[in-house]
Amino acid sequence: MIFVSVGSQLPFDRLIKTIDDWAATHQNETVFAQIGNSSFIPQNIEFCETIDPINYSKRIKDADLIIAHAGTGTIITALELGIPLLIMPRLAEKGEHRNNHQLATVKRFLNFPLIKVVEDETLLLSTLNQMLKDKTLNTDKVKTTVSEKLITTIKNFISE
Amino acid sequence: MNQLDKKKKVLLISSSGGHWIEMRRLEVAFENFEKCYISTNPNYHQSITEGKFYAVPDASMWDKFHLLGQALKIFFLLLYLRPDVVISTGAAPGFFGLFFAKKMKIKTIWVDSLANVEQLSLSGQKVKPYADLWLTQWEHLSTPEGPYFHGAVL
Repeated sequence: MIFVSVGSQLPFDRLIKTIDDWAATHQNETVFAQIGNSSFIPQNIEFCETIDPINYSKRIKDADLIIAHAGTGTIITALELGIPLLIMPRLAEKGEHRNNHQLATVKRFLNFPLIKVVEDETLLLSTLNQMLKDKTLNTDKVKTTVSEKLITTIKNFISE
Repeated sequence: MNQLDKKKKVLLISSSGGHWIEMRRLEVAFENFEKCYISTNPNYHQSITEGKFYAVPDASMWDKFHLLGQALKIFFLLLYLRPDVVISTGAAPGFFGLFFAKKMKIKTIWVDSLANVEQLSLSGQKVKPYADLWLTQWEHLSTPEGPYFHGAVL
Protein backbone atom coordinates (compact mmCIF):
# COMPACT_ATOMS: atom_id res chain seq x y z
CA MET A 1 0.00 0.00 0.00
CA ILE A 2 1.18 3.50 -0.80
CA PHE A 3 0.30 6.14 1.79
CA VAL A 4 0.21 9.74 0.62
CA SER A 5 0.09 12.67 3.05
CA VAL A 6 0.16 16.43 2.55
CA GLY A 7 -0.32 17.39 6.19
CA SER A 8 -3.24 19.00 7.95
CA GLN A 9 -2.80 22.65 7.09
CA LEU A 10 -2.80 23.28 3.34
CA PRO A 11 -3.79 21.38 0.19
CA PHE A 12 -1.06 20.25 -2.21
CA ASP A 13 -2.94 19.44 -5.40
CA ARG A 14 0.14 19.23 -7.62
CA LEU A 15 1.23 16.16 -5.64
CA ILE A 16 -2.23 14.60 -5.30
CA LYS A 17 -3.16 15.08 -8.99
CA THR A 18 0.09 13.48 -10.13
CA ILE A 19 -0.44 10.43 -7.91
CA ASP A 20 -4.11 10.19 -8.88
CA ASP A 21 -3.21 10.16 -12.60
CA TRP A 22 -0.46 7.63 -11.98
CA ALA A 23 -2.89 5.37 -10.08
CA ALA A 24 -5.21 5.24 -13.12
CA THR A 25 -2.58 3.27 -15.01
CA HIS A 26 -1.27 1.30 -12.00
CA GLN A 27 -4.41 -0.33 -10.67
CA ASN A 28 -2.53 -3.17 -9.01
CA GLU A 29 -1.17 -0.64 -6.45
CA THR A 30 -3.41 0.41 -3.56
CA VAL A 31 -3.10 4.10 -2.74
CA PHE A 32 -4.53 5.95 0.24
CA ALA A 33 -4.14 9.73 0.36
CA GLN A 34 -4.73 12.36 3.01
CA ILE A 35 -5.31 15.39 0.80
CA GLY A 36 -6.11 18.28 3.16
CA ASN A 37 -8.75 20.94 2.56
CA SER A 38 -8.60 20.63 -1.23
CA SER A 39 -11.05 21.45 -4.03
CA PHE A 40 -9.53 18.68 -6.17
CA ILE A 41 -11.38 15.36 -5.95
CA PRO A 42 -9.18 12.32 -6.74
CA GLN A 43 -10.81 9.80 -9.11
CA ASN A 44 -8.56 6.77 -8.85
CA ILE A 45 -7.45 6.54 -5.24
CA GLU A 46 -9.01 6.26 -1.80
CA PHE A 47 -8.65 9.53 0.12
CA CYS A 48 -9.66 11.61 3.14
CA GLU A 49 -9.33 15.29 4.03
CA THR A 50 -7.73 14.84 7.43
CA ILE A 51 -7.01 11.73 9.46
CA ASP A 52 -7.16 11.13 13.20
CA PRO A 53 -4.17 9.63 15.08
CA ILE A 54 -5.64 6.12 15.43
CA ASN A 55 -6.42 5.75 11.72
CA TYR A 56 -3.15 7.43 10.80
CA SER A 57 -1.15 4.87 12.80
CA LYS A 58 -3.15 1.98 11.32
CA ARG A 59 -2.83 3.13 7.73
CA ILE A 60 0.79 4.14 7.86
CA LYS A 61 1.94 0.86 9.47
CA ASP A 62 0.55 -0.99 6.44
CA ALA A 63 2.38 1.23 3.98
CA ASP A 64 5.24 -0.08 1.82
CA LEU A 65 5.98 3.46 0.67
CA ILE A 66 5.04 6.94 1.85
CA ILE A 67 4.77 9.89 -0.53
CA ALA A 68 4.52 13.29 1.13
CA HIS A 69 5.26 16.99 1.27
CA ALA A 70 8.32 17.93 3.31
CA GLY A 71 6.55 17.95 6.67
CA THR A 72 8.63 17.01 9.71
CA GLY A 73 5.78 14.94 11.18
CA THR A 74 5.70 12.58 8.21
CA ILE A 75 9.49 12.47 8.00
CA ILE A 76 9.87 11.50 11.67
CA THR A 77 7.09 8.90 11.41
CA ALA A 78 8.57 7.31 8.27
CA LEU A 79 12.03 7.10 9.84
CA GLU A 80 10.65 5.65 13.08
CA LEU A 81 8.77 2.94 11.22
CA GLY A 82 11.54 2.35 8.69
CA ILE A 83 9.26 2.95 5.70
CA PRO A 84 10.76 4.39 2.47
CA LEU A 85 9.68 7.97 1.93
CA LEU A 86 9.40 9.96 -1.28
CA ILE A 87 9.25 13.72 -0.70
CA MET A 88 8.22 16.54 -3.01
CA PRO A 89 8.58 19.91 -1.24
CA ARG A 90 5.91 22.59 -1.50
CA LEU A 91 6.84 25.69 -3.49
CA ALA A 92 5.83 29.22 -2.50
CA GLU A 93 5.76 30.41 -6.12
CA LYS A 94 3.05 27.86 -6.88
CA GLY A 95 1.01 29.05 -3.89
CA GLU A 96 1.62 25.83 -1.97
CA HIS A 97 3.00 27.47 1.16
CA ARG A 98 3.76 30.92 2.53
CA ASN A 99 7.48 30.51 1.92
CA ASN A 100 10.03 28.01 0.61
CA HIS A 101 11.09 26.56 3.98
CA GLN A 102 10.25 23.03 2.78
CA LEU A 103 13.07 23.27 0.21
CA ALA A 104 15.46 23.96 3.08
CA THR A 105 13.99 21.23 5.30
CA VAL A 106 14.66 18.50 2.74
CA LYS A 107 18.36 19.35 2.47
CA ARG A 108 18.75 17.98 5.99
CA PHE A 109 17.36 14.60 4.90
CA LEU A 110 19.07 14.09 1.55
CA ASN A 111 21.55 11.57 2.97
CA PHE A 112 19.03 9.31 4.69
CA PRO A 113 18.96 5.97 2.84
CA LEU A 114 15.19 5.59 3.15
CA ILE A 115 14.41 9.07 1.85
CA LYS A 116 14.27 10.30 -1.74
CA VAL A 117 13.61 13.93 -2.56
CA VAL A 118 12.30 15.16 -5.93
CA GLU A 119 11.71 18.67 -7.15
CA ASP A 120 8.95 18.21 -9.70
CA GLU A 121 6.16 15.91 -10.92
CA THR A 122 8.21 14.25 -13.66
CA LEU A 123 10.91 13.22 -11.21
CA LEU A 124 8.22 12.22 -8.72
CA LEU A 125 6.84 9.64 -11.15
CA SER A 126 10.19 8.26 -12.31
CA THR A 127 11.44 7.98 -8.72
CA LEU A 128 8.18 6.41 -7.58
CA ASN A 129 8.46 3.72 -10.26
CA GLN A 130 12.10 3.16 -9.34
CA MET A 131 11.34 2.85 -5.62
CA LEU A 132 8.61 0.30 -6.24
CA LYS A 133 11.01 -1.78 -8.32
CA ASP A 134 13.85 -1.44 -5.82
CA LYS A 135 13.03 -4.05 -3.20
CA THR A 136 16.31 -3.59 -1.35
CA LEU A 137 15.21 -0.19 -0.16
CA ASN A 138 12.93 -1.61 2.50
CA THR A 139 15.55 -3.51 4.46
CA ASP A 140 17.35 -1.13 6.80
CA LYS A 141 15.31 0.27 9.60
CA VAL A 142 16.89 3.58 10.52
CA LYS A 143 16.96 4.13 14.23
CA THR A 144 16.27 7.75 15.01
CA THR A 145 16.55 8.97 18.55
CA VAL A 146 16.13 12.26 20.28
CA SER A 147 19.45 13.93 21.06
CA GLU A 148 20.48 13.02 24.63
CA LYS A 149 22.03 16.42 25.10
CA LEU A 150 18.72 18.10 24.27
CA ILE A 151 16.86 16.01 26.85
CA THR A 152 19.58 16.60 29.48
CA THR A 153 19.48 20.35 28.82
CA ILE A 154 15.71 20.40 29.39
CA LYS A 155 15.96 18.16 32.48
CA ASN A 156 18.64 20.36 34.04
CA PHE A 157 16.66 23.48 33.25
CA ILE A 158 13.46 22.22 34.90
CA SER A 159 15.22 21.00 38.03
CA GLU A 160 17.00 24.33 38.57
CA MET B 1 -0.14 14.47 50.97
CA ASN B 2 2.95 16.43 51.82
CA GLN B 3 3.50 19.45 49.59
CA LEU B 4 6.95 18.14 48.72
CA ASP B 5 5.51 14.86 47.45
CA LYS B 6 3.25 16.62 45.00
CA LYS B 7 4.23 15.90 41.42
CA LYS B 8 5.24 18.87 39.32
CA LYS B 9 3.10 19.56 36.30
CA VAL B 10 4.19 20.24 32.72
CA LEU B 11 2.03 21.65 29.95
CA LEU B 12 3.03 20.56 26.45
CA ILE B 13 1.44 22.86 23.88
CA SER B 14 1.73 23.01 20.08
CA SER B 15 -0.23 23.23 16.86
CA SER B 16 -1.06 20.03 14.98
CA GLY B 17 1.06 17.96 12.58
CA GLY B 18 4.86 18.10 12.69
CA HIS B 19 4.99 20.47 15.66
CA TRP B 20 2.98 17.97 17.69
CA ILE B 21 5.04 14.95 16.62
CA GLU B 22 8.30 16.77 17.42
CA MET B 23 6.96 17.88 20.80
CA ARG B 24 5.88 14.37 21.81
CA ARG B 25 9.49 13.27 21.36
CA LEU B 26 10.52 15.68 24.14
CA GLU B 27 8.21 14.01 26.67
CA VAL B 28 11.00 11.77 27.94
CA ALA B 29 12.49 14.81 29.69
CA PHE B 30 9.40 14.95 31.93
CA GLU B 31 9.18 11.38 33.25
CA ASN B 32 8.37 12.40 36.84
CA PHE B 33 5.92 15.13 35.88
CA GLU B 34 2.17 15.13 35.67
CA LYS B 35 1.44 15.95 32.02
CA CYS B 36 -1.22 17.98 30.28
CA TYR B 37 -1.49 18.83 26.60
CA ILE B 38 -2.97 21.53 24.41
CA SER B 39 -3.20 21.34 20.61
CA THR B 40 -5.49 22.34 17.75
CA ASN B 41 -6.67 18.89 16.58
CA PRO B 42 -9.35 17.51 18.96
CA ASN B 43 -8.59 13.95 17.81
CA TYR B 44 -5.15 14.07 19.40
CA HIS B 45 -6.62 12.99 22.74
CA GLN B 46 -6.51 9.47 21.20
CA SER B 47 -2.74 9.46 21.21
CA ILE B 48 -2.32 10.48 24.86
CA THR B 49 -1.46 7.65 27.23
CA GLU B 50 -1.28 9.66 30.45
CA GLY B 51 -2.46 13.11 31.38
CA LYS B 52 -5.24 15.30 30.05
CA PHE B 53 -5.73 16.81 26.60
CA TYR B 54 -7.41 20.10 25.73
CA ALA B 55 -8.19 21.35 22.20
CA VAL B 56 -8.03 25.02 21.19
CA PRO B 57 -9.20 26.67 17.93
CA ASP B 58 -6.83 26.39 14.99
CA ALA B 59 -5.20 29.61 13.78
CA SER B 60 -1.95 30.73 12.23
CA MET B 61 0.07 33.83 13.04
CA TRP B 62 -1.49 35.34 9.87
CA ASP B 63 -5.10 34.93 10.96
CA LYS B 64 -5.90 37.59 13.57
CA PHE B 65 -9.53 36.72 14.27
CA HIS B 66 -9.03 33.06 15.12
CA LEU B 67 -5.81 33.90 16.91
CA LEU B 68 -7.75 35.91 19.46
CA GLY B 69 -10.10 33.00 20.26
CA GLN B 70 -7.14 30.67 20.51
CA ALA B 71 -5.21 33.05 22.81
CA LEU B 72 -8.18 33.49 25.16
CA LYS B 73 -8.76 29.78 25.53
CA ILE B 74 -5.07 29.18 26.21
CA PHE B 75 -5.09 31.94 28.83
CA PHE B 76 -8.02 30.40 30.71
CA LEU B 77 -6.58 26.89 30.43
CA LEU B 78 -3.32 28.12 31.94
CA LEU B 79 -5.22 29.70 34.85
CA TYR B 80 -7.07 26.43 35.37
CA LEU B 81 -4.13 24.05 34.92
CA ARG B 82 -1.45 26.07 36.74
CA PRO B 83 1.53 24.07 35.38
CA ASP B 84 5.09 24.44 36.74
CA VAL B 85 6.63 24.30 33.25
CA VAL B 86 5.31 25.08 29.76
CA ILE B 87 7.11 23.67 26.71
CA SER B 88 6.38 24.14 23.00
CA THR B 89 7.75 23.44 19.53
CA GLY B 90 5.42 26.01 17.91
CA ALA B 91 3.61 27.60 16.46
CA ALA B 92 0.90 30.15 17.40
CA PRO B 93 -0.53 28.15 20.35
CA GLY B 94 2.99 27.69 21.69
CA PHE B 95 3.65 31.41 21.45
CA PHE B 96 0.53 32.21 23.50
CA GLY B 97 1.27 29.41 25.94
CA LEU B 98 4.72 30.83 26.69
CA PHE B 99 3.53 34.46 26.60
CA PHE B 100 0.88 33.96 29.32
CA ALA B 101 2.99 31.47 31.28
CA LYS B 102 5.83 33.99 31.56
CA LYS B 103 3.39 36.59 32.99
CA MET B 104 2.29 33.98 35.54
CA LYS B 105 5.93 33.29 36.51
CA ILE B 106 5.80 29.76 35.11
CA LYS B 107 9.03 28.32 33.62
CA THR B 108 8.95 28.37 29.83
CA ILE B 109 10.80 26.35 27.15
CA TRP B 110 10.75 26.91 23.39
CA VAL B 111 12.24 24.34 21.01
CA ASP B 112 11.87 25.73 17.50
CA SER B 113 10.66 23.19 14.91
CA LEU B 114 13.05 21.29 12.66
CA ALA B 115 11.00 22.61 9.75
CA ASN B 116 12.68 25.99 10.11
CA VAL B 117 16.10 25.50 8.63
CA GLU B 118 16.98 28.85 7.10
CA GLN B 119 15.61 31.09 9.81
CA LEU B 120 13.77 30.74 13.07
CA SER B 121 9.96 30.47 12.71
CA LEU B 122 7.92 33.67 13.05
CA SER B 123 6.50 32.47 16.38
CA GLY B 124 9.99 31.40 17.42
CA GLN B 125 11.34 34.91 16.85
CA LYS B 126 8.44 36.62 18.60
CA VAL B 127 8.57 34.32 21.62
CA LYS B 128 12.14 35.28 22.56
CA PRO B 129 11.26 37.63 25.48
CA TYR B 130 8.94 35.00 27.00
CA ALA B 131 11.13 31.90 26.65
CA ASP B 132 13.33 31.15 29.70
CA LEU B 133 15.02 28.44 27.65
CA TRP B 134 15.08 29.38 23.96
CA LEU B 135 16.33 26.64 21.62
CA THR B 136 16.70 25.93 17.92
CA GLN B 137 17.25 22.45 16.49
CA TRP B 138 19.72 23.79 13.92
CA GLU B 139 23.26 24.59 14.99
CA HIS B 140 23.73 27.21 12.26
CA LEU B 141 20.75 29.22 13.55
CA SER B 142 22.12 29.45 17.10
CA THR B 143 23.84 32.62 18.34
CA PRO B 144 25.62 33.45 21.64
CA GLU B 145 22.54 35.48 22.67
CA GLY B 146 20.19 32.66 21.70
CA PRO B 147 18.50 30.76 20.40
CA TYR B 148 20.82 28.02 21.66
CA PHE B 149 21.50 24.66 20.07
CA HIS B 150 21.72 21.48 22.18
CA GLY B 151 20.59 18.86 19.66
CA ALA B 152 17.44 17.87 17.80
CA VAL B 153 14.52 15.46 18.14
CA LEU B 154 15.98 13.17 15.47
